[in-house]
Amino acid sequence: MDLLEYQGKQLFARHGLRVSDGRAVTNVQEAVAAAAEVGYPVVVKAQVLIGGRGKAGGVKLAGDEAAVRKHAGNILGMDIHGHTVHKLWIEHASDIASEYYASVLLDRSAKQPLLMFSTEGGMDIEEVAEKTPEKLIRHHVDALEGLSRAEAVEIATRGGADADVIEQVADALLALYEVWLQEDATLTEINPLIVTPEREVKALDSKVSLDGNALYRHPENQGLSDVENVDPIERRAKEQGVQYVALDGDIGILGNGAGLVMSTLDVVAQAGGRPANFLDAGGGSDAEKVKQAVELILSNDAVKAVLFNIFGGITRCDEVARGLIAAFEDLKPAVPFVVRLDGTNDVEGRRLLEEAALPNVHPAATMNEAAEKVVALAGGASATAGAAA
Amino acid sequence: MAVLVDNDTRLAVAGITGREGSFHTLNNRRYGTNVVGGVTPGKGGQDVEGIPVFDSWAQAMESVQPNTAMIFVPPRFAADAILEAAAAGVELVIAITEGIPAHDELRVYNTLLRDHPGTRLVGPNCPGILSPGRANVGIIPASFFKQGNVGVVSRSGTLTYQIGNEIAQAGFGNSSIVGIGGDPVPGSSFVDILELFQTDPQTELIVLAGEIGGSAEEEAAQYIAENVTKPVVAYIAGFTAPAGKQMGHAGAIVSGSSGTAAAKAQALEAKGVRVGRTPTEVAELAVQILRG
Repeated sequence: MDLLEYQGKQLFARHGLRVSDGRAVTNVQEAVAAAAEVGYPVVVKAQVLIGGRGKAGGVKLAGDEAAVRKHAGNILGMDIHGHTVHKLWIEHASDIASEYYASVLLDRSAKQPLLMFSTEGGMDIEEVAEKTPEKLIRHHVDALEGLSRAEAVEIATRGGADADVIEQVADALLALYEVWLQEDATLTEINPLIVTPEREVKALDSKVSLDGNALYRHPENQGLSDVENVDPIERRAKEQGVQYVALDGDIGILGNGAGLVMSTLDVVAQAGGRPANFLDAGGGSDAEKVKQAVELILSNDAVKAVLFNIFGGITRCDEVARGLIAAFEDLKPAVPFVVRLDGTNDVEGRRLLEEAALPNVHPAATMNEAAEKVVALAGGASATAGAAA
Repeated sequence: MAVLVDNDTRLAVAGITGREGSFHTLNNRRYGTNVVGGVTPGKGGQDVEGIPVFDSWAQAMESVQPNTAMIFVPPRFAADAILEAAAAGVELVIAITEGIPAHDELRVYNTLLRDHPGTRLVGPNCPGILSPGRANVGIIPASFFKQGNVGVVSRSGTLTYQIGNEIAQAGFGNSSIVGIGGDPVPGSSFVDILELFQTDPQTELIVLAGEIGGSAEEEAAQYIAENVTKPVVAYIAGFTAPAGKQMGHAGAIVSGSSGTAAAKAQALEAKGVRVGRTPTEVAELAVQILRG
């Protein structure tokens, strides 16, 4: 779960990491009031979960009330690479002497937390890593021992932080690690971590990803992220406990098991189609769950055909067939379905479907045949999707 | 032979008294797996269709000496259950539970490494391990598979059944099918299981099924080039997955430009591993090699 900049900064502040005084606002009037509270000059920053806000015109400096009105008015509602700006962060502007970089992430390969620090802040860190790797300190923290103050000081020193702020940078690294650890984050990043002319070290930006599986330990973090920009069907799916990811094509997909569904998307794309969604009906899904899933898929108006790809393990094909039949009774879908049932109770499942003789439901014997059929029914192969796959 | 689970397996199950736990435990026993006990705190002294239940792993160890643990408890209790089984001296822990926090997995992985190096963890968030004709530990539908010479290692359950079933229909069977799970910090990686299949005399060909996220497939490619003499064919799922979106599994996510299916397929092919573009194609590649 990715957090907006201001949400990340609020977490930072809670753990003692210095950030500028700021307010999250949703309209021009609030923006003006916030600016007066935090003191001019202020920065008006679009809160969206996508990089490149600055270049898109989503971050502006404002020296007075007229400028805040103008910029807040322009940025609210702006579309930044497909993300609509619903919220602004109004923050007291900082003077900058130096820009550093700091992050903690879960290194899946080393199976340890990875702390990174660089004095080359304010730039794309992947570029720094590639072009000047000697300027990026990479330090694995012992997951069981944690990060010691001596380690943090050593990293700041080795990374080349200015001598007079080493202690402050070490404090920031310790706080950043604490956020990562105590909030169950998979990533905490500050870019840039600035040094002001007054020699104060603070986080000017934030990037935080929290582990959705650990949210039960952090009730106060539930409801964070950019909720207004979440696809409405994704939101509903989440409430129903269904794994659904919105995609931009026109073929609805339902399968069981994450790997098989990902594979189904790929095979459909290879056949020249464009999947409209990822939907994992999960292991052991019963008829009611299948019906719910069909409802979710069909609530996307772009869907022109639907593919069911089931390989039953714990999931029983007869239950899937019953769910589909129930869904047809209730929802009377207008689009064609292609259904491939294999695995546990597949013979019974196929028999139920044949008996029900649902309108516009086409059986397929294999995954590849199913993909080709559904692409044809959705209106044929699209050249671009085929090439991309 | 087979790997990890076989006729010598003595299985005990954490969460045996739960609905899912008892269902799959009894399923495993029907298949022929030697189930010696279960562990549910507070329910010691009871039994599940004759399988004795203990309050703790230490008690289970004292009474019935399990060498394999299956973890079926809810996510918030799973990390401690794994560590308790390891502390009692269980050599192999297979964690089926989905939804364990990544930080717990990190703690478990590093604690096992430091304090219980004799214990191997497979999973979490995995379907378990099946050695056809010998033992089934987990939720893999065993009826689709028979004994043979193909070793399968996979991050995904149903995708494994899909590929395995196509190989089975061509007349071939499996030494073992090992699900390593779809989480970001799995106890065993592709490399760990490849090492076992390489030394297992029954296994003559290895199928590796990976997916987006992390770099386990790239590490496997390197390991195969240096250490595996048996033929390996691979499949990678998630070519169409958009960056930054978690695709069902907690570990299946493309982060920025890393963890893409294309990069993984490329890394494997660069080391001479043939990668099928569809599950059917990887099964065909396997069958071609098996038929010589």
